[in-house]
Amino acid sequence: MIAVKGDWVRIHKIILTSPERATQLPDDTKEVPLEMWDKGFLLNARAREGDEVEIESIIGRNLTGTLLEKNPQFHHSWGSCIPEILQIGRQVRGMLQEADNE
Amino acid sequence: MSRTDYDALMSRKGEIMKKAVGIDYSRFESGSIAFDFEGMMREVGYSLDEIRKIQSHSGVGNTPLYELKNLTALCRKTAESDKGARIFLKDEAANPSGSFKARRAAVSVYHAKKMAYKGVIAATSGNYGAAVASQAAMLGLKCIIVQECYDSEGKGQPEIIEKARKCEAYGAEVVQLTVGPELFYYFLQLLEETGYFNASLYTPFGIAGVETLGYEISRQMTELIGRDPDALVITTAGGGNVSGTARGLMKAGAHKTKIIGASVDLKGLHMASDKQFNRKSFTTGHTGFGIPFATNPDRSDVPRSAGRPLRYMDRYVTVRQGEVFYMTETLAQIEGLERGPAGNISLAAAFSIAREMNRDQIVLVQETEYTGAGKHIQPQLSFARDNDIEIRFGNPEEEVPGESIILPEHPCLIRAVDLDLNNIKRSYIRNCLFGHSSKDLTEQDLIYMAEETKSNRETVSETIRTLEEGK
Repeated sequence: MIAVKGDWVRIHKIILTSPERATQLPDDTKEVPLEMWDKGFLLNARAREGDEVEIESIIGRNLTGTLLEKNPQFHHSWGSCIPEILQIGRQVRGMLQEADNE
Repeated sequence: MSRTDYDALMSRKGEIMKKAVGIDYSRFESGSIAFDFEGMMREVGYSLDEIRKIQSHSGVGNTPLYELKNLTALCRKTAESDKGARIFLKDEAANPSGSFKARRAAVSVYHAKKMAYKGVIAATSGNYGAAVASQAAMLGLKCIIVQECYDSEGKGQPEIIEKARKCEAYGAEVVQLTVGPELFYYFLQLLEETGYFNASLYTPFGIAGVETLGYEISRQMTELIGRDPDALVITTAGGGNVSGTARGLMKAGAHKTKIIGASVDLKGLHMASDKQFNRKSFTTGHTGFGIPFATNPDRSDVPRSAGRPLRYMDRYVTVRQGEVFYMTETLAQIEGLERGPAGNISLAAAFSIAREMNRDQIVLVQETEYTGAGKHIQPQLSFARDNDIEIRFGNPEEEVPGESIILPEHPCLIRAVDLDLNNIKRSYIRNCLFGHSSKDLTEQDLIYMAEETKSNRETVSETIRTLEEGK
């Protein structure tokens, strides 16, 4: 992936390496770095994925990090079908129906 | 940031905070345990009427209040013949950003603008971020939201990612971090770099903003049925929702309503654990925040939190993840209200509490929240299943947080479990005494701890005596 100046990109940065992390953390957290992601308009003339770049965030703040992607998008969704959910409505509607018939 | 930068930044914490909140908290300190909480609340500088004006100006508040007649009928099917209180619901999802948090944000952002800050920053993975971003958009301020979002594999909670999307939709910059309390240090760095206002959840501005919610409930209930509810169930995490709502109720003269806090039971999961981060299905409203913030409210991002739930709670209950998901689906299926799961924690608790109450009594559920992709029963259960969490019907008592989600096989199995509030108050007092000798306590300290725990001086003295004996 190649991005040029003005492209909307996502960057990544290590904020604290594992040894720099706070002392009171659980071991599994202490073993890994504190990482950060942010988005902005690329300020470098041209950059490749993995390059150290500078961006201007949507509110106009400049920051640096490793270039991850261009035109980032959201991937969260409505999830896969959970068939159990379908049973809940049938059960409670059935109970109310019984109440009406009583 | 190197370790040196990090330590240096931490040493400037007090100074950065003072500039970013504009409150000199030391003015309210006694030098001992006590601090002047009500004095600090007056520092807000806005009366309830002024706050109502500020909020109505930005479309916040005056949300609908419904009687959930079908849910009440369902509850009565699971209760003894003369039991089953009427259940009412305050539909806070109708606020501009989709949750009651708009009330907190409206006052904070209004104050930031009045004090001529150029922007606002909030550290939150929840609905509060969207609320601050929405209010900042209305008032033309810049906004940065800092989220704890991903584990070390870059896997994010769908609910939090949806919140990032919503914040961006309102023009905010969203900074996303991996798991860990050092988020606070990055947050400090941003405050120092930008000079923006710290729109903390825990300032007097934020909590005073919630007072209108309690006030409206009393007013609307009086209009609808001629009296206040017998019980109000409020989801508690950081304690601000309980504190603000209860204060507003009292300001409306509703002194008899029982205040019941509710949290999702996430016992056994460590909130700062990278590996356990994605094994939970609730990112807020759970015991991992509820209990530590009740026993030590001043662990927040400001020197003294204005959210102090033990001052107001008459009872504190937990419900399980499976019960909340079940109730969320039930609310959609029989009341025609599709709302987000996290806003339905108090609903699940109220369904159980209504069963204990008489039919002529009233229990009110104090909030709902918006729902959307990622932030809905299906994607959240789907995410849990992808993370090898067992999902099945059964008795919710069998649920093990981080391992299983048990949907009740019958609604009669939905049971709010009482936490020992006296024990929580005892922990609060133990935390207060840390670094103090009981011999040095002043009369003011004892009265303060009694107010903080909604008890009396004698009970506090007795608790201190037993704590000393136990040492």
